[in-house]
Amino acid sequence: MESIESHTEQEPSGLTKVKNSVISFFLMLYRVYAFIIRFFKEVFVPPYEFREVVRQCYETGVRSFTLITLTGFIIGVIFTKQSRPSLTDFGATSWLPSLVSIAVLKALAPLVTALIAAGKVGSSIGAELGSMRVTEQIDAMEVSGTKPFKFLVCTRVIATTFTIPLLATYTALIALLGGYLNINQNEGTSYATFIEQAFEPITFVDIWASLAKAVVFGFTIGIVGCYQGYNSTKGTEGVGKAANGAVVTAMFLVFIEEVLIVQIAGWFR
Amino acid sequence: MEKQKANIDLNNEVIRIRGLQKSFGDYHVLRGIDLDLYQGENLVVLGRSGTGKSVLIKLISGMLYPDAGTINVLGNELTTITEKEMEALRIRIGFSFQNSALYDSMTVRKNLEFPLVRNRKGITRKEIDNAVHKVLDAVSLSQTINQMPSELSGGQRKRIGIARTLILNPEIMLYDEPTAGLDPITCIEINELINEVQQSYNTSSIIITHDLTCAKMVGDRVAMLLDGQFQRVGSFDEVFATDDARVKPFYDYNFIE
Ligand SMILES: Nc1ncnc2c1ncn2[C@@H]1O[C@H](COP(=O)(O)OP(=O)(O)O)[C@@H](O)[C@H]1O
Ligand SMILES: [Mg+2]
Repeated sequence: MESIESHTEQEPSGLTKVKNSVISFFLMLYRVYAFIIRFFKEVFVPPYEFREVVRQCYETGVRSFTLITLTGFIIGVIFTKQSRPSLTDFGATSWLPSLVSIAVLKALAPLVTALIAAGKVGSSIGAELGSMRVTEQIDAMEVSGTKPFKFLVCTRVIATTFTIPLLATYTALIALLGGYLNINQNEGTSYATFIEQAFEPITFVDIWASLAKAVVFGFTIGIVGCYQGYNSTKGTEGVGKAANGAVVTAMFLVFIEEVLIVQIAGWFR
Repeated sequence: MEKQKANIDLNNEVIRIRGLQKSFGDYHVLRGIDLDLYQGENLVVLGRSGTGKSVLIKLISGMLYPDAGTINVLGNELTTITEKEMEALRIRIGFSFQNSALYDSMTVRKNLEFPLVRNRKGITRKEIDNAVHKVLDAVSLSQTINQMPSELSGGQRKRIGIARTLILNPEIMLYDEPTAGLDPITCIEINELINEVQQSYNTSSIIITHDLTCAKMVGDRVAMLLDGQFQRVGSFDEVFATDDARVKPFYDYNFIE
């Protein structure tokens, strides 16, 4: 109480503010780390809450499906459209299918799926668990003989880890479809030729790296959303903070992980 | 409205607390609590906001861990109990939350079923339905079975919350401010429900409140939490037969003469 008051008396300087928020960010990363450890401690111990996991997978998919379909398709079309002029200059429009598939499979699909899922799934997990915390539903679960961490957190994290790679695969297919339709319209390339050219430059390592990325992104979105909601502070603004914090933190971590995984995958080539 | 005589066994303490202490940071909330709850009695705990009443029942239900002292619940010492034993003990204790804490993504039926299907492995559909109808009947809200919690009034939510704990046939009931935020008539209905639960489920209860009408209606005994300790324990009239400036305002505010 007192420390808060003395704090507001002397308005902190801009630099102190930045310093404080950087410190609190790393403090939060440490707490997220502890949360992850707890997840791994509990997830392998029965009961496995299989039904709830299936339900959460369904929720994760349904929440982001429409937006992902739309975005995936548009990305495929736009990327193809925008790349065409530069290839035309070299008379290399026949490279379009490979260019599109490299961009989509290696970079765009997992990243875009993760960003959309962070916005749709991460925020709703944060808000959902946040309001359960604030209205004591989590306590009610605990006193009536259900372990809330297992039932609420483990199930959701498993669900996002499993579902987001599937969604990323779906995004990739939809984006390729968009690219194909555009190329077919303009260059008259046949379906078979498109497929052949699109997958020609793609190796197994590329596919695995993308899937691995999506798995890591899915885990991150689930963990961060649950962390924010589960540890939400009392009061109604706690719920909003949890939802918002889930999106911002998850997106930030997804970008960092993207860079790291691309580096690591590079060593295997 | 007169309270029916309760069947209290003074030789059987279902809860026995000694020297209980709990702090949060620098704030020493509970400073040496001694308390006995006898089999079959309704014990009312009075106290100002922030005196640690909720903390006390959260300690009893194992949601918080004490800094010092002992808590014996139904023969189990909470400070030395294993996690498995705690799980088994928890479902013998019913907890009615201040804001009801209904699962707002589930219908009333699912709310009531949840503790059952989670704790009684191999229970049949028919047994579940029977149990749900029985507790809904006990709180006189059978018509709400397919409604969502958001569609219920404050008093109805409170009743469903109580029904959800009754479905496991608890031996101890802990009520956290059961009448807070309700209109006077609904308050009286909730008080009557608390008494009915005591009679028909044969529970021993701790009722937290600062509503003296509630205290008078449901309490077999009253305990006043002051400065982190139970300073005055006894019948309603005994507790308020004092000029203590920390106690009198309670009475004066509730019963203007
Ligand atoms: N989990 C907690 N962490 C920190 N402080 C807490 C916690 N729970 C309760 N407190 C503090 O303990 C004091 C008593 O709280 P509480 O038992 O809820 O009061 P009341 O008697 O109104 O129910 C309050 O000052 C509250 O801020
Ligand atoms: Mg309270």
